Amino acid sequence: MAIEKEKLIEMYRTMVRIRRFEERVAREFADGNIPGSVHSYIGEEAVAAGAIAHLRTDDYILSTHRGHGHLIAKGGKTDLMMAELFAKKTGYNLGKGGSMHIADVDIGILGAMGIVGSGIPIATGAGLSAKMRGTDQVTICFFGDGASNIGRFHEGINMASIWSLPVIFICENNLYAVSVPQSYSMKIRDIADRAVSYGIPGVAVDGMNVIAVYETVGEAVARARRGEGPTLVECKTYRYRGHAEGLPSPYRTKEEVEEWMKKDPIKTYTEKLIEMKVLTKKRADEIDQEMLEEMDKAVKFAQESPFPKPEETLENVYA
Amino acid sequence: MREINFRQAIGEALDEEMERDPRVFIIGEDVGVMGGLMGEIGGLYQKYGIDRVRDTPLSEAAILGAAIGAAITGMRPVARMRFGDFLGVAWDEIMNQMTKMRYMFGGKIKMPLTMDALSGAGRRSAAQHSQSIEGMLMSIPGLKIALPSNAHDAKGLLKTAIRDDNPVMFFEHKLIMWTSPKSEVPEEEYLIPFGQADIKREGSDVTVVATANMVIRALNAAEKLQQEKGISLEVIDPRTIVPFDKETVLNSVSKTGRLVIFTEECETGSFAGQVAAIVADEGFDYLDAPIKRVNAPDTPVPYGIIMEDFWIPNEDKLIKAVNEIT
Repeated sequence: MAIEKEKLIEMYRTMVRIRRFEERVAREFADGNIPGSVHSYIGEEAVAAGAIAHLRTDDYILSTHRGHGHLIAKGGKTDLMMAELFAKKTGYNLGKGGSMHIADVDIGILGAMGIVGSGIPIATGAGLSAKMRGTDQVTICFFGDGASNIGRFHEGINMASIWSLPVIFICENNLYAVSVPQSYSMKIRDIADRAVSYGIPGVAVDGMNVIAVYETVGEAVARARRGEGPTLVECKTYRYRGHAEGLPSPYRTKEEVEEWMKKDPIKTYTEKLIEMKVLTKKRADEIDQEMLEEMDKAVKFAQESPFPKPEETLENVYA
Repeated sequence: MREINFRQAIGEALDEEMERDPRVFIIGEDVGVMGGLMGEIGGLYQKYGIDRVRDTPLSEAAILGAAIGAAITGMRPVARMRFGDFLGVAWDEIMNQMTKMRYMFGGKIKMPLTMDALSGAGRRSAAQHSQSIEGMLMSIPGLKIALPSNAHDAKGLLKTAIRDDNPVMFFEHKLIMWTSPKSEVPEEEYLIPFGQADIKREGSDVTVVATANMVIRALNAAEKLQQEKGISLEVIDPRTIVPFDKETVLNSVSKTGRLVIFTEECETGSFAGQVAAIVADEGFDYLDAPIKRVNAPDTPVPYGIIMEDFWIPNEDKLIKAVNEIT
């Protein structure tokens, strides 16, 4: 599949934007400016960038506790996200959700869910809704290897399968459910194999390679838009940082982390684009600088924004 | 006025709302050809087709998850959960998703989602098909809860639930559904607003707040006490416990000075306890006697006639409580 130059650059920009956002979030968290907990997407950028590159604004995504990358790829604004993380009133969700619960339905972000696996049947419902309303909208549901052991993985994908719903289930297999390795929690190597029990295609792909993700998800999205039903795509990837900022990773070796970092999705993609003459080193540096400045602005916006009033706690329970 | 029974009221409410609004659809187990466990929605599948009367696999979590996904993207699902006890299988969808998403997302979504389920004891169905769990649900902010005691209220409340932009739990008491008593129900359309209690019988001596099947038993007891002892009960059916019409109850207690709360819940963590707390807090000066609760014991619902009848609150237990404070 020949990918247009604009699309290649768009995905590149998305990946760099996610990386620079997450690096800045880690810093702000360490400095005590972000309360609660944040789960870094660093290392997994190719999955969100490659998959969501196929979506229109009116398509949907369901995201997870490790969701910043998905939101940015779907068009989420980094200043509004940063303000939400800072628990400010100007944040995406009035400072009520925080890192794990950002939503913007106007651009198809149906929400990041903090309960692992809970987005899966919700994505099925968004797919059902699109089908009943007679649109060709598709829904991408992101979840991790851990979620594939939750009962709703079975219930939600089976239901989407029997009704041929336009949903792409993307498992971001980063090998660990917090500390428990995939090799301990299941007997199979490829989670994609589980698709067999739902009678749908299941494809495992290198999640560190954005072009591979783009091509595989492209087929799944096309299939969904044609009304042929869901696909399970497993992207094999890795998170560089701990499960959440500030948590140690005694369950894996330094060597393992370094081995994966050699396959860094941004580094390898930069090299590839330069080799393809789609990008120059100079242009890459400019994009990087642009993203760094965007994050400065995002943090400034968050810092200067007001906190909600205490009594605003009582609002937004009921419509 | 014409009379219809409880099951017909459920079926009519769904039919009218589906006819009125193409976004309304039914999702759940045995909703299609079966027409519901007691045939209460018979004919809807034939009228609206498989798309809008959608049988599902045995997947309670996915039924509610899918209903949530549909509700936030422009549809108005009615998820039929069969028995209240089965909500346990999909508890996460209830307490973590449908009721929290609007709040977590800063009011950015609406959740027009109605759940209905059979609730309550009396059919010898044992512990896993009989419990009244409204007390547990009541402590989940973001959820509304209706539990009608007759056909008229059931129809008007269910239509209101479907038009509400918030998640609503609508309980059909199993015994009322089974015996399906008739009541006067207008031909023309009507809605019953949430948070509006109904005084089922006016009285002057003791206020009785009762829900679902206990409303029927409270009315029996009121008749008996009036005839045998000349004691006058005022029977109030809140109809929705979230939102709860506390004003009607406080007004009544200001007149009677006495309150008994009569529900089919285990006593601990119950709606009955909440009503007692509200009246103790806001209506203490009206009271001439201690507040009494007549509920079920804190055990699972037992099987069989002997033990289940012992477990379920009844007229005699209510009369005994009234006698203690009059």
